[in-house]
Amino acid sequence: MRPLVAAILVGLLYVLHQDFWFWRTARPLVFGMLPVGLFYHAVFTLASAALLWLLVTRMWPAHLERDPSSKR
Amino acid sequence: MIPALVVFAYLGVALYIGIFAFRSSAGRRSAEDFFLAGRSLGPAVFLLSLFGANMTAFSILGASGHAFANGIVTYGLMASSSALIIPVSLFVIGTRLWSLGQRHGFMTPVQMFRDRWECGHIGTIIFAVQAVLLIPYIIIAVMGGGTTLATVSNGRVPFWMGGAIVSLVVMGYVCFGGMRGTAWVNTFQTILFLLFGAIAVTVIGAGMGGFSAAMESLLQSPSTAPLLTRERVSPLYFLSYTFIPLSSIAFPHIGIFCLTARRLGHFRKTVVLYPLCMLAIWLPSVFLGVAANAAREVPAIESKLEARAELAAASPSLAPQDRARLRAQASGDDVILRLVEGYAPLWLASLLGACVMAAVMASDSQILALSTMFTEDVFAFYGGTSRFGQAAQVQMGRLFVVLITGVAYAIALRMPQSIFDLATQYAFAGYAALSPLLVAALFWRGSTKWGALASTLWTAASVLTVAAIQQTIPPPAAGAISVWSPFGIDVVMRIPAGTTVFGLLPVVPMTLVSALLMVVVSRLTSSSTPTPKTISRYFANTPGYSSGV
Repeated sequence: MRPLVAAILVGLLYVLHQDFWFWRTARPLVFGMLPVGLFYHAVFTLASAALLWLLVTRMWPAHLERDPSSKR
Repeated sequence: MIPALVVFAYLGVALYIGIFAFRSSAGRRSAEDFFLAGRSLGPAVFLLSLFGANMTAFSILGASGHAFANGIVTYGLMASSSALIIPVSLFVIGTRLWSLGQRHGFMTPVQMFRDRWECGHIGTIIFAVQAVLLIPYIIIAVMGGGTTLATVSNGRVPFWMGGAIVSLVVMGYVCFGGMRGTAWVNTFQTILFLLFGAIAVTVIGAGMGGFSAAMESLLQSPSTAPLLTRERVSPLYFLSYTFIPLSSIAFPHIGIFCLTARRLGHFRKTVVLYPLCMLAIWLPSVFLGVAANAAREVPAIESKLEARAELAAASPSLAPQDRARLRAQASGDDVILRLVEGYAPLWLASLLGACVMAAVMASDSQILALSTMFTEDVFAFYGGTSRFGQAAQVQMGRLFVVLITGVAYAIALRMPQSIFDLATQYAFAGYAALSPLLVAALFWRGSTKWGALASTLWTAASVLTVAAIQQTIPPPAAGAISVWSPFGIDVVMRIPAGTTVFGLLPVVPMTLVSALLMVVVSRLTSSSTPTPKTISRYFANTPGYSSGV
C-alpha cells in the first residue's frame, strides 16, 4: 500500500469521526440501551482497529529493524 | 470497611510486584536496566503496560464524571478519536523512536532532540517545559487516589491520607523496581481493569433493573434527554478535541515506553489492539457515567443531581463561593464508585474499588519518566554520570522519584479543580503543542534547533496564558465572557468549561501555531541545519533518501 493511500484512509476515518448526522438524536437505542450516537462511535473504534490491522500488514516499516551492523 | 481492606490488599500486591522486580534484576544495575528494563519487554507486557500508562485517573474517574454531567459526547470527545490517533502515532512515530533508541542508545526524547538538532541547552529548555507539563498529570493521580480511598472507606480514610498512601505505594515500587517494576504493575493493573469493566456493567445494569429502562427514563425528562445526544456541544468544539490525542506520543513517558520493546514487531499487536482496549475500558466508563443520572435511589447520586438542579435554577447573582460549593457537590468524579457501592454485592464492590485504584495509579510511569529525564537529560548530560558512575545515576533517579512524588502530593492538597479540567487545560494541550517537534525531528530534514526552540517557547507561553486567563477570569454560570474581541470579533472567550479561541479549544491554535513556528523559524535559520553526517543517521535508511536537504 502506498503512503498516500494510507494517509487518505486515515484522513477519511478522521472525517467520519465528525458524525454531525447523529448529533441531535438519541434514537434508535441500539440493543435497547445504546443511544445511536454512542453506538456509532463504538463501531468507529472497531473500524479504527481494522484500518490499523491493514496498515501493519501492508505498510510495516521493516527497514527500521534491519541493518543490525549499525546497532550499538 | 471491607472494600477499603481489599483496596489496601491491592496496594500491597502492587508494592510486592515492584520489590519482586527489584529482586529479579539483581546483578543488573545499569541505568538502562533501571530506566528502560534493559529494552527487553515482551509483546504482552509492552501492550498492556503502554496502554496502562495512558489510562489514568482522568480516563476512569474523569471520563465517567464528565459523562455524568455531559452525556455520551464524552466517548466521542476523548475515546474514539484517541482510538484512531494514538495507535497511528505509535505506528508512525513510536516505531521510529524505537529504532533510533536501538541504534543510538537514546533513553529519552530530549537525548534524541539534542543529537538530531546538534544542540545542548535548547534540549535543557525542552526538558524543563516537558517536566513542568508532566507534573499536573501526576497530581491527577494523587487526587484520584485520595478520592477513591475516601469513597471506598466511607470517609474513614480522609482525602489527604488516601493521597498520601497512594503516593507512598507508587513511590515504593517505582524506586525499587524501576521500569521493570512499573511495567509489571501496569500490566497487572490493566488486566484487572479490563476484566472487571464488563462485570461492573452487568452487575450495575441488573441492579438498576436493566439499562433499557434507565435510558428510557432519561429520554422522558427534558433535563436529561440531551445527555443521550450531543446537542449541548458545538461541532467545532467536538472537532477541536481531536487534537488532544496528539499529546500522547509527545508525553515523555509514552516516548520512553516506546524504547522498552525487545523487538520492533511488538508494536504490531499494540497498534492493532489499542483501539479495542480503548473500547473495553471507555465504553463501560462513559455508559455507566450517563446511566448514573437514572440512579436516583442511590442517595449520594441523588444529592449530586439535586445540586446540579439547584445550580441550573440559581440566579446569575449567586455568590461565587456558593456556586463553587454546588459545583463540587454536583461533580461526578466519584460517580462510578457510588454506582458500585449502590448496586454491587460487597465483595464485587471491593474488587471494583481495587480496579479503579489500579487505573488511578497509572501515574507511576510519569513519575519514572520524570526521573529518567532528570538523570539522563540533566545529571548525565552535565557530567554527573561520567564523574560519579552509573550506580550514582540510578540512586539519583530514585531520589528524584521521592522528591517529585512529594511535590505532586503537596500540590494535590491545594488544587480543588476537577480532575478532568486540570488534565485537559494544562498537560494535554501543552504536549499536543509539542508534537510538531517529534514530527519535524523524524520526518523533516530541514528542521533546525531554532525552530524547535520557537515551538517550545510558544507552547510554554500559550499554556501560561490559558492558565492566567482561567485563574483571573471566573467562569460564567452560562454562556460566554469575551476576553479579547478586536474589531468586535470574539476571538478569546471564557466559557464555563474553560477557554475558547474562535470557538475552538486552545489546543488547536496552540498546536497549529507551534507547527507553523517550526516551519517558518527553521526556514529562516536554515544555516543551522545539522551536518550531513547527523542527517544521514536519521534518514539514510528511509526509502527514497538522498543526501540533499
